[in-house]
Amino acid sequence: MKSIRTSLCAALISAWLVGCGSSVKLDDAAPVVDAKANPAGAGAGGANRGATTAQSQVTTVDASKIDPAAAGKLGRVVYFDYDSYALKDEARPLIEGYARMLASSKTRKMVIEGHTDERGGREYNLALGQRRAEAVAKSLVLLGASDSQLEAVSFGKERPAVDGHDEAAWAKNRRAELKDR
Amino acid sequence: MVIPPETQPGPSRRRWLAGALAAGAVHTAARAQFRVEISGVGATQLPIGVAKFREEDKSGQSISGIVRADLERSGVFRIVDSSGDLDETARPNYADWRTRGADALVAGSAARLADGRFDVRYKLWDVVKGADLGGQAFAVLSADLRLTAHRIADAVYEKLTGDKGVFSTRIAYVTRVANRYTLRITDADGEGGQVALNSTQPIISPAWSPDGKQLAYVSFESGKAVVWAQDVLTGERRAIANFRGSNSAPAWSPDGSTLAVTLSRDGISQIYLMDPNGGNLRRITQSSAIDTEPVFTPDGKTIYFVSDRGGSPQIYRVPVGGGNPERVTFNGTYNISPALSPDGKTMAYINRDGGEFKVMTLDLAGGTVRAVSDTVEDESPSFAPNGKLIIYASRAQGRDVLMTTTLDGRIRTRLLSSGVDVREPIWGPFGR
Repeated sequence: MKSIRTSLCAALISAWLVGCGSSVKLDDAAPVVDAKANPAGAGAGGANRGATTAQSQVTTVDASKIDPAAAGKLGRVVYFDYDSYALKDEARPLIEGYARMLASSKTRKMVIEGHTDERGGREYNLALGQRRAEAVAKSLVLLGASDSQLEAVSFGKERPAVDGHDEAAWAKNRRAELKDR
Repeated sequence: MVIPPETQPGPSRRRWLAGALAAGAVHTAARAQFRVEISGVGATQLPIGVAKFREEDKSGQSISGIVRADLERSGVFRIVDSSGDLDETARPNYADWRTRGADALVAGSAARLADGRFDVRYKLWDVVKGADLGGQAFAVLSADLRLTAHRIADAVYEKLTGDKGVFSTRIAYVTRVANRYTLRITDADGEGGQVALNSTQPIISPAWSPDGKQLAYVSFESGKAVVWAQDVLTGERRAIANFRGSNSAPAWSPDGSTLAVTLSRDGISQIYLMDPNGGNLRRITQSSAIDTEPVFTPDGKTIYFVSDRGGSPQIYRVPVGGGNPERVTFNGTYNISPALSPDGKTMAYINRDGGEFKVMTLDLAGGTVRAVSDTVEDESPSFAPNGKLIIYASRAQGRDVLMTTTLDGRIRTRLLSSGVDVREPIWGPFGR
């Protein structure tokens, strides 16, 4: 298990080193959706419905099964710096989560839509948005998804999430969105 | 004063040009949606009278009004008091017209024929010399009266300046109102608009086929960028590039046999050639960078394109048959959207400097770079087919607008469309 974990982390390092200056600690990776520690001990849901249900009962969620609700908890958007398609550290948990989901359910498909802010030419921004979407797709594949489960597309600057002509708006528009297909 | 060097004036024209108007201030001629702004000291205009065409009121089109507006909008002509009843058969009272300041005169008629068409005629006179410069007659459908007026303006323009006019050409551009987009075709004056495509999704990068019969464009109607080619007359269309990822930036070869497109199907935006029906696909750039915005030279042998293989987007060129791309732009860190003049000598493009996006021209032989706009959010320059004008999109007073400019930046017009954002203009070819 440990060697697989190490090689996963090595893959993470190579993925996030694209354009990023920071290094990644080997033992840093943590599961996104915790199987929350059940203070009463691990237990599958539904048991112990006898005379009393403990107020402190927690039902374990098994993230290795398909759970559409989990995707909502992950968020759907990855953000980028100006003129950049480099994935930031903050995106890692999200990407890991989706990669895990896709790896465990090979029929599941997603589309990644890349976007830019409003500044600059339409066609160049279409290509830049495409690059952002491809960066996300490549990371998902490195982490276990199949290429055939994904399509990376771009809207360039044509579909801003936020109207506005300042950095606050621009930052919200430089993004990739992950959607189920 | 400076007349563009392309004009080769004959002796009579030189006489007009010698009567220079010292124009220190900006001269504006307001007309419907266009404002003409002529900048520069000593801009010369040829004074001309354009009389109302006999019976044009009955035709439903102000033919003389369209001719006047075209000539005035070029910035090269000044319309003098044109009142009077005359047609193409008249013997003008030259002395009277000289008193009004005219150096030339146009008059004509528009008679309805028995079959419902119109017989439109005009005559052009040199008032200074008192000479008949000839005219023409057209038999046209009512729907083509506007086009006929533009053709008359072109003929007058060419006779008096030596340059081919573009008043009877068309432009295509995209409009956006909230979430409604149209691909619109209008006369070069922005009037007579017709919609080629209606959509609730973005439309970008329209490109006229060399014969003016088709428009290629990128539509997002299926949820991603797909290239379509549409017959303008019939509306028939076909998706010609719908590969995995984004398909965009269509450009026609000058002989219409090939299209260049940008495809991301191999994982990165690269340039491919294809037949007009989408077959015979071949990749012509091989980089791990963004390569996009291809455009053919007028001789069809070279493709100019945008690449950020050097770290930021610059313009390169490569032979159509393959070879090492050669970089073309060296000023600044962001140069995109190349457009080539019909004579192949000038490239217009967009340069970003300190957050400002401006149309520039590059003399391809000598290397001189020139700024031709006074706005800072310019996009997508396109040459008129006579090579004398560039149309581009920009932003003024919070609105997207279309601008035209002469290559020296002296004469600019602005198309204002209230309530509608306009972008992505592309100038159609001659020979509609």
